[in-house]
Amino acid sequence: MNIQNIRKDFPILDQKIYEKPLIYLDNAATTQKPVQVIEAMDDLYYRLNSNIHRGVHYLSEESTSAHENARKYIADFIHAKHTHEVIFTRGTTEAVNLVAFSFGEKYIQEDDEILITEMEHHSNFVPWQMLAERKSAKFKVLRFEEDGSLSLEKFKSAISEKTKIISITHVSNVLGTINPIKEMIRIAHEAGVPVFVDAAQSIQHLPVDVQDLDCDFLAFSGHKIYGPTGIGVLYGKEKYLDEMPPYQGGGEMISSVSIDKTSFNELPFKFEAGTPNYVAAIGLHAALKYLENIGLQDVMQYEHDLFVYATQQLLEIEGLKMIGTAQKKTSVLSFVMDGIHPYDMGTMLDKTGIAVRTGTHCAEPIMQHYGISGTIRASVALYNTKAEIDRLIENLKKIQLILS
Amino acid sequence: MSIEKKQNAIIEEFSVFDDWMDKYAYLVDLGNELAPLSPEEKTDDNLIDGCQSKLWIIAELQNGKMHFKTDSDAIITKGIASLLIRAIEGETPKDVMNSKLSFIDEIGLYQHLSPTRSNGLLAMTKRIKAYAIAFNAKA
Repeated sequence: MNIQNIRKDFPILDQKIYEKPLIYLDNAATTQKPVQVIEAMDDLYYRLNSNIHRGVHYLSEESTSAHENARKYIADFIHAKHTHEVIFTRGTTEAVNLVAFSFGEKYIQEDDEILITEMEHHSNFVPWQMLAERKSAKFKVLRFEEDGSLSLEKFKSAISEKTKIISITHVSNVLGTINPIKEMIRIAHEAGVPVFVDAAQSIQHLPVDVQDLDCDFLAFSGHKIYGPTGIGVLYGKEKYLDEMPPYQGGGEMISSVSIDKTSFNELPFKFEAGTPNYVAAIGLHAALKYLENIGLQDVMQYEHDLFVYATQQLLEIEGLKMIGTAQKKTSVLSFVMDGIHPYDMGTMLDKTGIAVRTGTHCAEPIMQHYGISGTIRASVALYNTKAEIDRLIENLKKIQLILS
Repeated sequence: MSIEKKQNAIIEEFSVFDDWMDKYAYLVDLGNELAPLSPEEKTDDNLIDGCQSKLWIIAELQNGKMHFKTDSDAIITKGIASLLIRAIEGETPKDVMNSKLSFIDEIGLYQHLSPTRSNGLLAMTKRIKAYAIAFNAKA
């Protein structure tokens, strides 16, 4: 893996911010896009743009086939059994909302239990909480351990006969913890409970094989895996997707409409009301191909080494405390510094050309767990380098002197 | 000194910095120099919750002039808040109401007043104006 060549694929990285070379370490929020993705989308608009499905003309056939090829490629990427188990959404958030609504309509009744964890992003928290309120069901939240890991024993005992759905993040967007989801899914299935996996922070860093995991649902966002915004993926097992009612009504999702009755289209279209964001789907296809061309294993190894290096370097800073110290972590480095407000540090790092995120990262229950107002979060991607980490460390120390 | 003159003095003060770090180090100093509010003064009524940082502001009217106190849990936010206050401290509600507070732009800190910053400073300027309008109506 030639990192300098890879960096050339990301034109945005080659610029100065406040006269300093940009160091982009906000990858857990969104990743930058390689030219291959930008060009694929440009090309579509330049040559092929046309609304997909049911068009009888050349352009529509071409864009339809590009869109459906994207779906096929994504299905293979996550090892789905069927291509129609891949539903396009706006992102992970919409995917969670879709399942919380449609699964909830079909399977959740009063006094049933919905189980999630304390380390979920608000997107995998609030929709389930809303479902629980709508159905007068019980909303149960599994606490995490001090190091930011989940206890399998506690998980097991949190499942009851009334538990109807469990939703867990694969990787925490704040703590970086890699949860043992395969084991958790096995435990849940022993109790007969389906599991939704939020893969927004894992799909770009870890192998994801939905058949091997045996998850019932899984979702991720295109923009966090070098693809465009506005596109996400919901994987669902056919048996559930078939049974669940549609989420939104409109075009594409119907098979026939009359004043008396509307019948719905088959999978995956049943869940894709309105004109799909086919341009972004094609961009996502290009992003996944880009990753596979570099070699997923190589990317993961490189990121892992960088992550370990960054962790070691950060821990050498006096007064710095890592938030989330689980054994298995990836990509996300959250920390606090004695006597320094994260906002102040983020603001000053910005002036040195370094982009990090500060605050609660849409996961306020995690902040409440540790009794903190926020963290400073650096998150790495395949184009980051050790030299960039060194500059982060150097500037953290420099600003620490000014702020304390 | 009028609000405009005080604003010009601040702009003059900041003109010596050609380095971002120095400018921010100065804001940190300003934040540290400002007396903190007591826990009793940090009420929900005085709080502007900015999502990333918290900001408190207290405004009082004495003998027709407005007086302010402010604090924040983030030192840069506090430093900028102290500049805002300095420009309008001791002025009449009418003058505060009509003030532009454009100096923040001119000293290159405009981004701190952008709606996406979530530090409460934009809301603070709005609240200052709201206080001024209310005091002016009473007067």
